[in-house]
Amino acid sequence: MEGDLAHIGAGLAAIGSGAAAIGVGNVAGNYLAGALRNPSAAASQTATLFIGIAFAEALGIFAFLVSLLLMFAV
Amino acid sequence: MATEAEGGGLVFHPMDQFIVKPLFGDGAVGMFTFTNVALWLLLAVACVIALMVLGTSKRATVPTRTQSIAELAYGFVYKMVEDVTGKDAVKYFPYIFTLFIFIAFSNFLALIPTSFSPTSHIAITAILGFGVFIAVTVLGFVKNGASFLGLFWVSSAPLALRPILAVIELISYFVRPVSHSIRLAGNIMAGHAVLKVFAGFAAITAVAPLSILGITAIYALEVLVAFIQAYVFTILTCVYLKDALHPSH
Repeated sequence: MEGDLAHIGAGLAAIGSGAAAIGVGNVAGNYLAGALRNPSAAASQTATLFIGIAFAEALGIFAFLVSLLLMFAV
Repeated sequence: MATEAEGGGLVFHPMDQFIVKPLFGDGAVGMFTFTNVALWLLLAVACVIALMVLGTSKRATVPTRTQSIAELAYGFVYKMVEDVTGKDAVKYFPYIFTLFIFIAFSNFLALIPTSFSPTSHIAITAILGFGVFIAVTVLGFVKNGASFLGLFWVSSAPLALRPILAVIELISYFVRPVSHSIRLAGNIMAGHAVLKVFAGFAAITAVAPLSILGITAIYALEVLVAFIQAYVFTILTCVYLKDALHPSH
């Protein structure tokens, strides 16, 4: 029955992907809100946007990795 | 790999595509076995050479299509290095451009159906990520000496907070290569696994049209992700390089 528990854990770890989605949406949404207020400054901030998205997304990928480990390695 | 199941659907494991196999014979994978990973890494290198060396060999004033793609990629990364890292970092541009073009081609070649995606393996991306980490750390100490440690001593924070912040900064510094490499591998692996999961649904008649639409949409997303992940890997390298060259907070 340990296998079943590992699968439940993998499903719980996948919730982390949703948390990362909130983070990425937050970054992109705030960027868009700022860009619409001041479109002339938007182009210079795209690099910052992608860095922010990458950092937020990395934690979601960690959650994905934990669920993969629970599925195949444990 | 695909076998017929009782439910009428195709059954194959979505992670099967990432298995490293020897190309010739069925022996165990050793240090010098020529595997599918090696093949697709070599193909990526061959494509880079075809684009950058053969494509620009004529040096035409009015560029051909291949030459303009090569020039576009060069200019794009050059501007990124200049903007993010600063003008004095342009001498490290060859390394950063090599990383970008190699990762971009590995990602794009992996999108060819039945191909293999080398960047989905943490073993490959960890070499790239730790390469950047070691290069940047050594460069930081060579350029700044002991004052490179000022990176961890946040002089703008209140004095009482600085030791705590130093610990946090130190941890975040050493997590960098891990997240740097896992981000790339995880994104590519997750995308390709999702494609295979949708492909598994395609054999069930009732949901086949939906599944084919889904594969098309996810594939388009994966083309975008392939480029964005190469871009993100490169721009983070630029950010880390900036920290090494100008460590003061």
